[in-house]
Amino acid sequence: MQDSFFFQAIIYLTAAVICVPIAKKLGLSSILGYLFAGIIIGPYVLGLIGQEGEDIMHFAEFGVVMMLFLIGLELDPNKFWRMRKFIFGMGGLQVIATTLVLFLACSLVLNWEWETTLTISLALTLSSTAIVMQTLKEKNLTKTSMGRSSFAVLLFQDIAIIPILAILPFLAGGEIQNENLSESLISDFSAWFQAAIVIGTVAAVYFSGRYIIVPLLHVIAKTRLQELFTASALLLVMSVSFIMQLVGLSPALGAFMAGVVLANSEFRHELEGDIEPFKGLLLGLFFIGVGASINFSLIIADPAFIIIFSTIFNTIKFFVLFGIGKLYKKGASKNLIFAFALSQAGEFGFVILAFANQINLIPTILGDQMMAVIAISMIGTPFLLLINEKWIDPYFGGTKDKKSKKEYDTIDEDEQNDVIIAGFGNFGSTIGRLLKSNGISATVLDMNSERVDSLRKMGFKVYYGDATRLELLKAAGCENAKIFIAAIDNPRVNLTVIEKIKKHYPHLKILARARNRNDAFEMVDLGIENFYRENLYSAVHLGVDALVAMGQRRYTATRQGQRFIKYDEQATFRLAHKRHDKKAFLITTMEEIEVQEQLIKNDLYAQLGANDHAWESDELKKEQAETAARNNRQ
Amino acid sequence: MPNKILILFAHPLFEKSNANAALVRHIPNSPNITFHDLYQEYPEFDVDMKREQELLLLHDIIIWHHPMYWYNCPPLLKQWIDIVLEHGWAYGKEGNALKGKILFQVITTGGQKENYSAMGRDRFTVMELLEPFNQTAKVCNMTYLPPYVVHGTHSMKAKDYEKAGKNYKALLEYLENRGANVEELSRYTYFNDWFQTKLR
Repeated sequence: MQDSFFFQAIIYLTAAVICVPIAKKLGLSSILGYLFAGIIIGPYVLGLIGQEGEDIMHFAEFGVVMMLFLIGLELDPNKFWRMRKFIFGMGGLQVIATTLVLFLACSLVLNWEWETTLTISLALTLSSTAIVMQTLKEKNLTKTSMGRSSFAVLLFQDIAIIPILAILPFLAGGEIQNENLSESLISDFSAWFQAAIVIGTVAAVYFSGRYIIVPLLHVIAKTRLQELFTASALLLVMSVSFIMQLVGLSPALGAFMAGVVLANSEFRHELEGDIEPFKGLLLGLFFIGVGASINFSLIIADPAFIIIFSTIFNTIKFFVLFGIGKLYKKGASKNLIFAFALSQAGEFGFVILAFANQINLIPTILGDQMMAVIAISMIGTPFLLLINEKWIDPYFGGTKDKKSKKEYDTIDEDEQNDVIIAGFGNFGSTIGRLLKSNGISATVLDMNSERVDSLRKMGFKVYYGDATRLELLKAAGCENAKIFIAAIDNPRVNLTVIEKIKKHYPHLKILARARNRNDAFEMVDLGIENFYRENLYSAVHLGVDALVAMGQRRYTATRQGQRFIKYDEQATFRLAHKRHDKKAFLITTMEEIEVQEQLIKNDLYAQLGANDHAWESDELKKEQAETAARNNRQ
Repeated sequence: MPNKILILFAHPLFEKSNANAALVRHIPNSPNITFHDLYQEYPEFDVDMKREQELLLLHDIIIWHHPMYWYNCPPLLKQWIDIVLEHGWAYGKEGNALKGKILFQVITTGGQKENYSAMGRDRFTVMELLEPFNQTAKVCNMTYLPPYVVHGTHSMKAKDYEKAGKNYKALLEYLENRGANVEELSRYTYFNDWFQTKLR
């Protein structure tokens, strides 16, 4: 019974469903929730799952592959190319420097064999893509320069794993014949030929992405079967990973490349939407696996060694990363996050240790101890970041703030603004500027630390942080403000903030930015009346100019534009209510198309022609002609 | 039965007009009086014909309340006239929707009353300058009455504004409850003068 698939699934899901919300409630990252869920159901606490935790982890590592595919999708080839300096510069520096320092430190203190020391150093050098990227995503830092640097380093590590795995057998010396260990089909060929095959494969992925996969996706999209598209998306990721593995490259790297190739295609968002839930689930499973695989009996057997070793290696890694950050001129606050985020060892470490163990490069007990060290360091990262956020960063940021207060003493912390703007990207900043030029100052909430400084200079009252947090909303003065402008770039986050404001500060008048019609629908559901679809107005403006270019007089075209906006706004309200007639709540791409169709159909019937006859004389002329005709007859 | 009054107010810079602020502030809060601020409703000049026509049908006395600019009304009121007074509805063979309704203007001018005369700086009386509006009303089969004018707003003091406001209030209340005597008014060139006789 315990072995049945259902029972297992129920255990994992229950653990996740209970632990993750608790972690979130405590203000911790969801990763910690998963890790603790794993520990609790693992062999040393409840014993609901045994050693299969590691098997689960191997399976769930595919979540990391999917994550890299998604990251690739966000990064078109041009952007990728521009990052090369950081990937090889920062990444190379990190791998080489960390390995070197770890190697020297271990050689001095511990009397392991040098091959063993090197293997362990290499294993610990590689950080955990899963933990780092997921944490950065939760903190909304992926798009910042710090997020990109972290990603560059991780990507280099992804590449570095290949030569590392290739070197290990040489370290083990000629004594071990590892024919049965050859992990790729082509390792029997000569080095040159192998290189040629690898390059050929990469090129093949690139060209097939362009010229085979995209047209194929077109065909599949035409069948209008959502699940078929999902299936092909999964198939795509899996086959690329498989091919990469065949030629001895990391599957994650392959998936990443496939993502980059497809980043420019029109299917980018669909692919993202389809893969995202799988990735999330698998990553969750992966973290549970990490938690479950921690061997507590080993730790208890020699806790001092494990804990001291973990601390020291984390510290070393941290300072190397911090040094690299300094070298690349990162600000103290960003550099701290960068160094803390990447200071753990990761899933590649497991791979290297397992392989090294197989080829007798390290003793089994030491290997297991190192696995525990890696797992502990993975668990530690979210805590380290929390500590950084709460105590260390404020210390650095605090001293900076004191200075800045002197510079910008125009900001009176007690003064309350009537207007609060959440999100100060392109959209929000335009609003802020308009208000400011009319003498109305606004309080700004923004997640981008780089913007905060310059905003303060301009005399805005800025709160740096996550606008979905109630404390921040309160600190910003929501209780006494009059207007709340929700202009956050991410539509999801924007909606969350609006919901919070509606619930806790019902007196605030909300003016909301809506990215598109679906966003607007959800705002109608929330009872928001003042929403502004960011593309509607500029699109109509362009359309008006197109009418002018086609020979219409400017004023007539402008009036048509005004009418169209009014009509479209009404249609949005109508469709928002109609939407609930359907059982399906989630708007899929299909439904979006349906809505589009409906709109276009309605347009044909709508009297978008003038409903007034201002300045027209047709009717007048007709009446005059009739009168004249009658008079003639008489 | 009380008269339903519609005040169509047009002022492009209302927030800086002391005189009109006082006048508007004194408009009685009555279910029979509708204050319709055109520049607030149609900042982009996209006057909604259907809505305006429906509003007109609900009222008996229509007031165009605006400052005098270049011997004329502000552009949005002209836009309103162009769009709302539609052929076949307001005028023309079948255009009888406004027939019998009373129309007059409430006007503020910076200049003094004396200037608005054949010998004065403005050469014409206000009533003469308003001939196009008068004629518009005629075409729509409405009864056009002489304007109610608040002259000399440039030289007014706080208490003058207040007084003008109170007078406007009295006028509106009178019209609401007792209506306008068209017969008597036809002998006046200023609505103010006729109303003065009623205050005594």
